[in-house]
Amino acid sequence: MSSVSQNFMKLFRGSSGTETIPAQGLQKLTRRSSGLGELSRMWESAEDLCILDLGSTSPANIRHFTEHGHRIYSEDLLTASTDPELLSKNEEGSIVLDSRKFLADNLVYPAARFDVVLCWNLPDYLDESLVKPVVGRLWSVLKPGGMLLAFFHTRDAGPDSPCHRFHIVGTDTLEMQKIVLRREARRGPTGAIHTAISEGFQLQRVFNNRHIENLFRDFASIKFFLARDNIREVLVVR
Amino acid sequence: MSAPASGLAQIGKSVFIKGELSGSEDLYLDGQVEGSIALKGNSLTVGPNGQVKASVEAKGVVVQGKLEGNIQASDRVELRKSAIVTGDITTQRISIEEGAYLKGKVDIHRTDK
Repeated sequence: MSSVSQNFMKLFRGSSGTETIPAQGLQKLTRRSSGLGELSRMWESAEDLCILDLGSTSPANIRHFTEHGHRIYSEDLLTASTDPELLSKNEEGSIVLDSRKFLADNLVYPAARFDVVLCWNLPDYLDESLVKPVVGRLWSVLKPGGMLLAFFHTRDAGPDSPCHRFHIVGTDTLEMQKIVLRREARRGPTGAIHTAISEGFQLQRVFNNRHIENLFRDFASIKFFLARDNIREVLVVR
Repeated sequence: MSAPASGLAQIGKSVFIKGELSGSEDLYLDGQVEGSIALKGNSLTVGPNGQVKASVEAKGVVVQGKLEGNIQASDRVELRKSAIVTGDITTQRISIEEGAYLKGKVDIHRTDK
């Protein structure tokens, strides 16, 4: 089955795309990224940049940036969004995630701190209530002229849309690793919070181009890179 | 999971310390500490049961447990796969195992030889 999928992926390999690599029993993918390639030119020519990585803690990314003499901040927002303390009831009595509390505990930085924000696929998997507040906060912590890289699915491929963590392995190459476990918070009938481990993060929605433009409407410019693996890369400049 | 070397100063998992912890020998900490830890010229290892809410200043820092606070290491920092660290890290060298969690800044200060 895996050889079939490998052959299938080979057919669709393009300037931005994925390729399966068997590694220690775990299927890992490498992906050429045009957006990353463009950002690489920036961090290879500049010194002492301030970079915010919003994916899962990645030793490869930390090594990559510190070797280039940049400062890297790591903050796993998807994992942070599963904190049971964030659950609250809205006016209709429904259980929602409290975006104010989320932003009080996360992304707490001075304005215009970062030159680059690596969002990866965060907006696709983040709870609906958090997406716009988080993008608003990212605008404020980016320097004017600072850049943000995000990936969006072009369609929901169900189980073929797993949430990945991204490791930078080259100037325009990423290694993608499926996130297997997540903590899930539920408030029971008595109000007690129960946590459980479930498999991966679910794709929450599929943004089209207009949605994406709307999401980043406060930014100065937006550039799309289309890939052949149902991923749309977006490079946004504040 | 690496066990503490014999002869190493140890704080066991049932010990809770609140305040300033300082010393001039390597320390293995598997208990709870709140405050600050200063081991200039020596190393701190936070064991798998260790829960630290403190700023840490040492030559080397190895984290297997939970550490909340800034780490300033004159030599190196190691985050093992079970490490959960919230705070900024300033060091000369760092190694992070797959699975470790870090929320904070990594700042590498290289001294020219």
